[in-house]
Amino acid sequence: MPRRKGAPEVNAGSMADIAFLLLIFFLVTTTIETDAGLDRMLPPIEPPEEDVIIKQKNIFTVNINKNGQLLVEDNLMKLEDLREAAIGFLENNADGTCTFCKGKKNPASSDNPSKAIISLKNDRETKYSTYITVQNELVGAYNDLRNREAQRLYGRDFTKMEAEYLNPETPSSVRDDLKDKVKRVQDMFPQKLSEAETSTN
Amino acid sequence: MKNSRETRKEIPAISTASLPDIVFMILFFFMTVTTIKTNPLLVDNNLPKADQVKNLEKKDRVIEIFVGKPSQELAKTFGNEPKIQLDNRLANVNEVGPYVLAELAKKPDAIRNLVTVSLKVDKDVNVGIVSDIKQELRKINTLKVNYTTYQGNSLEN
Repeated sequence: MPRRKGAPEVNAGSMADIAFLLLIFFLVTTTIETDAGLDRMLPPIEPPEEDVIIKQKNIFTVNINKNGQLLVEDNLMKLEDLREAAIGFLENNADGTCTFCKGKKNPASSDNPSKAIISLKNDRETKYSTYITVQNELVGAYNDLRNREAQRLYGRDFTKMEAEYLNPETPSSVRDDLKDKVKRVQDMFPQKLSEAETSTN
Repeated sequence: MKNSRETRKEIPAISTASLPDIVFMILFFFMTVTTIKTNPLLVDNNLPKADQVKNLEKKDRVIEIFVGKPSQELAKTFGNEPKIQLDNRLANVNEVGPYVLAELAKKPDAIRNLVTVSLKVDKDVNVGIVSDIKQELRKINTLKVNYTTYQGNSLEN
């Protein structure tokens, strides 16, 4: 009987086992990427050469105590209400120079968005998660206002424009175009978030 | 009786020929969405959640600092107080500055002032130690920081 069967078939039954082994190896040695977060600039350590005098009404003070309670402008406040209050303060527009603001023009609150400063103070024993939540809400207040203006001017969200601008895969022609727009919206509501040194008591 | 037994067919075996393909698909999925752990975590690192986040785009422009309670095996020797992890050792606050400078020196000149320090801080840590680290970073003039968080509703923290 002539042998005309060709090459014998390779048994692929163990392929699944090999693949499972690799899979388990990757599951164990890798982590899912968590590289996103709140960007902050720390203030330089040298004090500015001259003291700038800031009116009290242009400062929005947020105090966090060690139990995670908030004291905003000398009133107790819930975390959920912080963003709303910050937005109200930022676009208050007491001197009427801001044409796009929809604030209440309360004379006891901030003059205009470029003068408004949010000052955050926290205790050394504040929990980090509370601290991040407060930071997040304050950044959220700026982002909400910027999104609103970006929607009005360019018909899209500021946060999306900024993310596309910062993404290195965006072609440079698009990025140049976005640069001016991002800059313009940022200048409408400049982010002035100051952090005092933490207190110990 | 006999007739019925003859008509009963055996249940065909389920073909497992496509099993390797499925497993490979899962494998490739994990290979693409995960990153290799650079150093083992010595501290608890359960990050808080936030939703106004920005992505850290380039891994080579990031210096990581972990803060948290020492993990269970190490708690016996290091106690329960939050510690700072630099690379794969536990360190004190005053070592942060020299470490960041040493890491900066390893990076090429062109990107040195674009480097961000990513603070990966456990959510149960007190802010005190974080502000000490920030103070150290200000001393060496590395001012870009990123409070690395998970994506999620921050009010649930």
